[in-house]
Amino acid sequence: MDLTVTTYLIVGATFVLYIGIAIWAKAGSTGEFYVAGKGVNPVANGMATAADWMSAASFISMAGLIAFLGYDASVYLMGWTGGYVLLALLLAPYLRKFGKFTVPEFIGDRFYSKTARVIAVICLIVASVTYVIGQMRGIGVAFSRFLETEYATGLLVGMAIVFIYAVFGGMKGITYTQIAQYCVMIFAYTIPAIFISLAITGNPLPQLGLGGTVGGNGGYLLNTLDNILVDLGFSQYTVMKGSMLNLFFLTMSLMIGTAGLPHVIVRFFTVPRVRDARLSAGWALVFIAILYTTAPAVGAMSFYNLINTVQPGEIGAEEGNLAYENVPNWFSRWEETGLLSWEDENGDGRIQYYNDDNEAFADTAAQYGWEGNELTVDRDIMVMANPEIAGLPNWVIALTVAGGLAAALSTAAGLLMAISSAVSHDLIKGVFNPGISEKGELLSARLAMAGAIVVAGYLGLNPPGFAAQVVALAFGLAASSLFPVLMLGIFNARMNAQGAMAGMLSGLTFTLVYVFVYKGWFFIPGTNNLPDTPEYWLLGIGPQSIGAVGALINVGVAVLVSRATAPPPKHIQELVESIRVPRAAVGGSN
Amino acid sequence: MASSKEEAAIAYWKENVRLLITLLIIWFAVSFGLGIFLAPALNNIVIGGYPLGFWFAQQGSIYTFIVLIFVYVAKMNALDRKYDVHEE
Repeated sequence: MDLTVTTYLIVGATFVLYIGIAIWAKAGSTGEFYVAGKGVNPVANGMATAADWMSAASFISMAGLIAFLGYDASVYLMGWTGGYVLLALLLAPYLRKFGKFTVPEFIGDRFYSKTARVIAVICLIVASVTYVIGQMRGIGVAFSRFLETEYATGLLVGMAIVFIYAVFGGMKGITYTQIAQYCVMIFAYTIPAIFISLAITGNPLPQLGLGGTVGGNGGYLLNTLDNILVDLGFSQYTVMKGSMLNLFFLTMSLMIGTAGLPHVIVRFFTVPRVRDARLSAGWALVFIAILYTTAPAVGAMSFYNLINTVQPGEIGAEEGNLAYENVPNWFSRWEETGLLSWEDENGDGRIQYYNDDNEAFADTAAQYGWEGNELTVDRDIMVMANPEIAGLPNWVIALTVAGGLAAALSTAAGLLMAISSAVSHDLIKGVFNPGISEKGELLSARLAMAGAIVVAGYLGLNPPGFAAQVVALAFGLAASSLFPVLMLGIFNARMNAQGAMAGMLSGLTFTLVYVFVYKGWFFIPGTNNLPDTPEYWLLGIGPQSIGAVGALINVGVAVLVSRATAPPPKHIQELVESIRVPRAAVGGSN
Repeated sequence: MASSKEEAAIAYWKENVRLLITLLIIWFAVSFGLGIFLAPALNNIVIGGYPLGFWFAQQGSIYTFIVLIFVYVAKMNALDRKYDVHEE
């Protein structure tokens, strides 16, 4: 069957499934709308969390990053999974015991302060909105390519689909849709990975294949890759290239940021019991790890394939490089998109791919008759091109498209849910109109959701120039403001409102200022005080990695200020004691 | 009676925190220790085609994280029962 028809059928079928689930799981009460009635099975919730968490970036971009960065991309693998340990051990069970609807609600109640709640809402909205812009772009690009329409039309279709299942279903609908999306996504990711691993290493498990041997010459894949890269003037694949200190802080920031992102935290409010919240975090990580441990293999193997396609013969030999007239089909197909391009610098009709920034390698390259790198590859094609490279049938290619869409749609829905609950529950009910009826709140929640989709759609159509940079800020914000305060609220009974607010504000301000100094004030180009290069960074810590330092400052300031001021009132100390135990002991007062 | 209940709550929390600290030390040692700080040295050891530091960074630490959470779940369930604060 024709590829276009197959893609339409498979993607269309997944949408029918998502919308059907949303109608079946329509929310009737605020409890169902915000936290799915607290009745989600922990394994199912783990799956939904995995889909919620793994965005278009994890699905499409991560393997490409790993391919081109090698060892240094480990920060994303460890950072985005290690955060779940913090989440499971330090937050999830206690926030579930607290038993309300949103993250700002916990902060407002625990620190007996509406101001603290509003600060938390602002942090949540800034972090979530920046994240949503990226997802909306992903949705627009994927839909426009799939429907073969303009970007704007693709984005509108995507928005309509998110609208239907998020507005009607609320958290309940989103949860069950995300389970379906997880299944689509994981099949779409692992099937091509299994085939590419089999083709290159003969081992069907990509996780083992990455450590396996390459079919023909019998050498280890990673070792072979290291050697080819060095021969082409690059650094070895498996060694550390960046500064160790910066890698450390970047990993730490991503971990703390992951644990502090409200749309992930709120998922642990949806399970029936405290012990389900703990278990659910474990299952979420299992489902995430299936993709995250496969990604390094996809990255290394597709990169290996790419280099071998371009450089089939001996490096430096006249006939060693692929003649352009012999390029495989997938190569030409991706050239059409502009994401892969070739320019014949030395006019020999052959493709040379090497590191022309390496001065030490320049003489060698000149000896070979090479006059510059001729191949430009967009990192994002590594996953999408994988099934074509491996020569898989059309239905697998179609499935990859459906998988990318599922990844972007599920994360967008989760983020929009977090934003709309903050508006309807924390701002409207919590601050402006406490007497609102449940029906009125449900209506305002749905209106807030519709409004959030419109705003996100607008930002997706007119993305601010700084969208890409702000993702780092989203993590930095979550890491330096929300996570430390949530943790202190649980583990430090003496923590009071003054301490928490001083901590949030100082962590946030420090992180913002540090980012702005290097990226420009409010990301306006040309307003940065220092160039954004490692030699100007404080101790070599980049703006992306500073969230961890912001979190430390937050904790330090919060503890000092709380010790210098009056302890929190008695009923707050009782609240802290009660969230620390799953159930009061027999004969207990509550 | 009230005091013994309070003591039990304190003891429960102490055991909980001790467990957390133990698990977080392992979390830190495996990911940051073996995956970053010692990675260059560990890369000299190659097991089945994987340089060891690289393996810990891109595979081993993730498996460790999963095990840590499930150990935490099991130990906390036992602790909840021991102090009779478990949910039905």
